[in-house]
Amino acid sequence: MKFGIVINEGPYTHQASDSALQFVKSALAKGHEIYRVFFYHDGVNNGTDLGVPPQDDRNLPNEWSELAEKHGLDLVVCVAAAQRRGMLDEDESKRNGKTSNNLIKGFRISGLGQLIEAGIQADRLVTFGD
Amino acid sequence: MAALHTVNKSPFERNSLESCLRLAAKGSSVLLFEDGVIGAMKNTKHSDAVANAMSDVSFYVLGPDIKARGLNDSNVIDGITVIDYDGFVDLTTEHHTVQSWL
Repeated sequence: MKFGIVINEGPYTHQASDSALQFVKSALAKGHEIYRVFFYHDGVNNGTDLGVPPQDDRNLPNEWSELAEKHGLDLVVCVAAAQRRGMLDEDESKRNGKTSNNLIKGFRISGLGQLIEAGIQADRLVTFGD
Repeated sequence: MAALHTVNKSPFERNSLESCLRLAAKGSSVLLFEDGVIGAMKNTKHSDAVANAMSDVSFYVLGPDIKARGLNDSNVIDGITVIDYDGFVDLTTEHHTVQSWL
């Protein structure tokens, strides 16, 4: 079965990103397809490359990034939500006249259309949030 | 197939469980996870509302989230099924849609 996942909450806020990560790992282990993970609102903060949590704590952006690489996941952050919160990839950084960027490998920036499309293409859309 | 409703906040913090139970159609299912597992506990002022709703909806609770809070499966209201993340995935496939009460 094809799953679309929506994450509306940042890492380390409550539990949305952790729950979604465990859900996605279980779904993949069961042979399901993750069509897309869409990061919306504060959820875009899961895509930062600049987080340095204590070594004995989980690093959620890294875990998403590594899972994406291993399974070819499509991790999309909402462009409008990302720009408000200072989440930029190289192109968006240049376009906005900034000198740095911070989107971790495995994530990409796109628009709400990607969420709508995931809702249409996936058999189930599961939302995790605050 | 019916809907799966997910509730992730304690009934002592938000009214999402109450709203969910008021609107969930007969035959649908409710999964309590994250802080929502508090709603699955016996002997709270919300326990009766959950127990009474069991005639219309099926209840599930995420075991790892019970343990993460230092709570025990033995305090779960009778009739609620304790599941793990694999069970969560299975529930989403067994229902035609998932409604998250955020």
